[in-house]
Amino acid sequence: MPSAAPLSSAPLLSVQDLKVHFHLGGGWFSRHKAGVVKAVDGVSFDLKPGETLGLVGESGCGKTTLGRAVLRLLPNIDGRVVWLGEDLAKLDPEAMRLKRREMQIVFQDPLAALDPRMTVGEIIGEPLRTFQPQLSNSEAKAKVQAMMARVGLLPRQVNRYPHEFSGGQCQRIGIARAMINHPKLVVCDEPVSALDVSIQAQIVNLLMDLQQEFGMSMIFISHNLSVVRHISHRIMVLYLGRVAELAGRDQLYRQPRHPYTQALISAVPIPDPDLERQKQRIVLTGDIPSPLNPPSGCAFRTRCPKATEICARVRPDLLHIETGHQVACHHWDE
Amino acid sequence: MTVTAFPPSISPAEEIKGRSLWSDAWRRLLHNKAAVVSIVLLLLITLASVFGPFFSDFAYDDVSWDSISIPPDFASGHYFGTDDNGRDLFVRVMYGGRISLTVGIVATLVSLFIGVIWGATAGFIGGRVDGILMRLVDILYSVPFIFFVIMLTVVFGRNIVLIYVAIGAVSWLDMARIVRGQTMSLKKREFVEAAHAGGVRTATVIRRHIIPNCLGPVIVYVTLTVPNVILLESFLSFLGLGVQEPQTSWGVLISDGARLMESSPWALIFPAVMLAVTLGCFNFIGDGLRDALDPKDR
Amino acid sequence: MPPVLDIRDLEVRFATPDGVVEAANKVSLTVESGETLGIVGESGSGKSQVFMAVMGLLASNGRATGSVKFQGEEILGRKPSELNKIRGARMSMIFQDPMTSLNPYLTIERQLTEVLEVHRGMSSKEAREAAVAMLERVQIPEADRRISLYPFEFSGGMRQRAMIAMALLCQPELLIADEPTTALDVTVQAQILALMAELKQAGKTSFVVITHDLGVVAGLCDRVLVMYAGRVVESGPVRDIFKSPQHPYTAGLLASMPRLDETEVHRLATIPGQPPNLQRLPPGCAFSDRCPRVFELCHRERPPLATFAPGRMKACHLPHL
Repeated sequence: MPSAAPLSSAPLLSVQDLKVHFHLGGGWFSRHKAGVVKAVDGVSFDLKPGETLGLVGESGCGKTTLGRAVLRLLPNIDGRVVWLGEDLAKLDPEAMRLKRREMQIVFQDPLAALDPRMTVGEIIGEPLRTFQPQLSNSEAKAKVQAMMARVGLLPRQVNRYPHEFSGGQCQRIGIARAMINHPKLVVCDEPVSALDVSIQAQIVNLLMDLQQEFGMSMIFISHNLSVVRHISHRIMVLYLGRVAELAGRDQLYRQPRHPYTQALISAVPIPDPDLERQKQRIVLTGDIPSPLNPPSGCAFRTRCPKATEICARVRPDLLHIETGHQVACHHWDE
Repeated sequence: MTVTAFPPSISPAEEIKGRSLWSDAWRRLLHNKAAVVSIVLLLLITLASVFGPFFSDFAYDDVSWDSISIPPDFASGHYFGTDDNGRDLFVRVMYGGRISLTVGIVATLVSLFIGVIWGATAGFIGGRVDGILMRLVDILYSVPFIFFVIMLTVVFGRNIVLIYVAIGAVSWLDMARIVRGQTMSLKKREFVEAAHAGGVRTATVIRRHIIPNCLGPVIVYVTLTVPNVILLESFLSFLGLGVQEPQTSWGVLISDGARLMESSPWALIFPAVMLAVTLGCFNFIGDGLRDALDPKDR
Repeated sequence: MPPVLDIRDLEVRFATPDGVVEAANKVSLTVESGETLGIVGESGSGKSQVFMAVMGLLASNGRATGSVKFQGEEILGRKPSELNKIRGARMSMIFQDPMTSLNPYLTIERQLTEVLEVHRGMSSKEAREAAVAMLERVQIPEADRRISLYPFEFSGGMRQRAMIAMALLCQPELLIADEPTTALDVTVQAQILALMAELKQAGKTSFVVITHDLGVVAGLCDRVLVMYAGRVVESGPVRDIFKSPQHPYTAGLLASMPRLDETEVHRLATIPGQPPNLQRLPPGCAFSDRCPRVFELCHRERPPLATFAPGRMKACHLPHL
């Protein structure tokens, strides 16, 4: 189980109306006219210390972009990202760099995220060199090996290279690197999607154990609803850069209110032949629209079984329907 | 994903030494017969160029009217014969090797140094800086090389240092382009993003992550640049623009030998063969390195 | 009736710079007419390589030995010119990534009609009509207009449907689907799985679905084969495998998958250790270094694949789980 009630109630992170727009094309000889991809189009949420927020959605929903925007790893960010009361947009590059000690990221491709020419010890130790340069070599090495043991790697492998490890082990290295300075926030961008199913469970358990021990908050990005359910306290469902639904874990899975959430949950195959063949399926029509040209009004209306005329005219606001549960749908209560 | 099991022979307390990508590449290179033979040959040629002249009784500029245009003759000590000034060809070929190889290596190192820094900076910073730096490269590309060298010769006279400058000034351009391309594709790789997200300063990212990972293609390119430089120097010398008498290089020897081709073919054959073999060795080694460092085999 | 596909003692080996890798080792299986067989496994299981060998699509450094009979005829090792009469026409395959499986330089129409013109000898007009009909069958809207588009103008889901259409054009007796929905979004995957279920009901085609996703298997397959480290470790009807798995690997796989139908969220059970390294397998049973029920015999002797109940096979020394 993810750890019980978070430690304090003042938000660690407060994201307000975040927008990330990419401008494309439009050069002199460009075949496409200039367009804007609204990868993230007005997302707001708070994150408390020790809490895990799951971000789910499919292609083009903007979850990966959102994760990187929170850490300010992208340009063109509008809206406010407030970290412990400070607006990150107002920081100069050096001040932002120093803040990175407290906010880290774990990537989707475990091997690609590691410099192939560095040893595991050097990779995990790099954040120590960056933020604790006063440590002696032996002190740093001791910390690195302690963290390796903590994430389930053999400390004596500290001189090995990434290509000598399996995918699951590489991901542990990435996690060790992210955790070594005890950050307050770790953004996990599809951390288990590239791993075998039996290894996914190991890594999910590891992250949950680390959260129990170190108390960091996590933003867990995934397209896999079953995995997200295990690790998150609250879950945000995104569609074409907008929030469709935001709720506590149990609320979301027991009583999803947004038609997209309902379709997503129903689409996940259940490893039980009888249940899977008998279940009530909501099969959506059509494909996910291009983010270059989102539908007017509600972005989901082109595939929604409940869509009506108002959905094409008015973009639904994110409504608080009960404590901790927000939905952006005109027909949520039907 | 490749998986490696832990070698059972190491006791738990010992730290395992990793198998770096360089050692992998070295192992693969050693399997390439052409490359290994080339490395050995090249070493022999280098040693001969450096130490060869000591084993001969003659100096490279010893003119001897008695021994004009003698064919190769073991007994007299003129292993490669003599030229039309009576100078021993063996010593001159070895000595020429010194010059040619030195030019090749020094000019290449100069181009490496300038090219890597220029290219990595342009590639990493991107935007306007990249635009300016690379437009300068484009402009320099369009300067006609021979014209440039002739100008330099007119201003500074014939001088060996001039050759280094001229050749270095031209060959760094290619290196800059290659390093820029490598840097731009590396910039997008996740471990670079990870370093940036980890708070590492930009200059440190370039130094610690980008440049070491560029080295593969750069090394290959360096081994293929050296023969080009040597050829360029030979060409200049052939035209009479390079090394000054009595100093010699393979290019000069080939030029002289071409003149004497009908009467003393050995004067052409020996330096030409040396040049060709050396160039061939560098090319085989470069090819072997390219295969050895290619990550696709992994 | 002979089984549509009858594989006996298939071995697939690859010559790599680091030595010989045995991707599949004495694999035997059958696909009966009209059934849907699921092949489950993770990295190193060899599940894809078995069927690449069946289709004659192994990489140049791969060799296959053993026997593969399609409708009673031996096809392993036949020349490409002979195989081409069967491949695409009577036995076809769809792959994980439709973007790389479709030729980006040819329109969808060209790619579909080519199959019909070559294998069925149709004229281009007849072929086009049949192709449009098939695209409609796989629920591509406005098929008549869309057929002239290029693959990059299709979305991921549509491309996968186009691949299925291409594979079904000649009404093959066997369709092999290698991770057909892994690269797709969940809602698109649901559409493709619904389509495949419907095709299965309607036609006489036998299917082989290769996947690591047990949910997909649960929804589509009649029988399941579980593979580990290049060998079959368990097989049986789908309900038996899910309700009472008899191999610790199968049980571990089922236990480690988070499921949405659980009412309570528990800590995930895991299979300890790493996926198998085919060049450094433990002695005896390949799963012995990760098995929670391992005992002494497992390290000495590899358990043979044996029938323990009608239609049920397992490769394990344990009498029962």
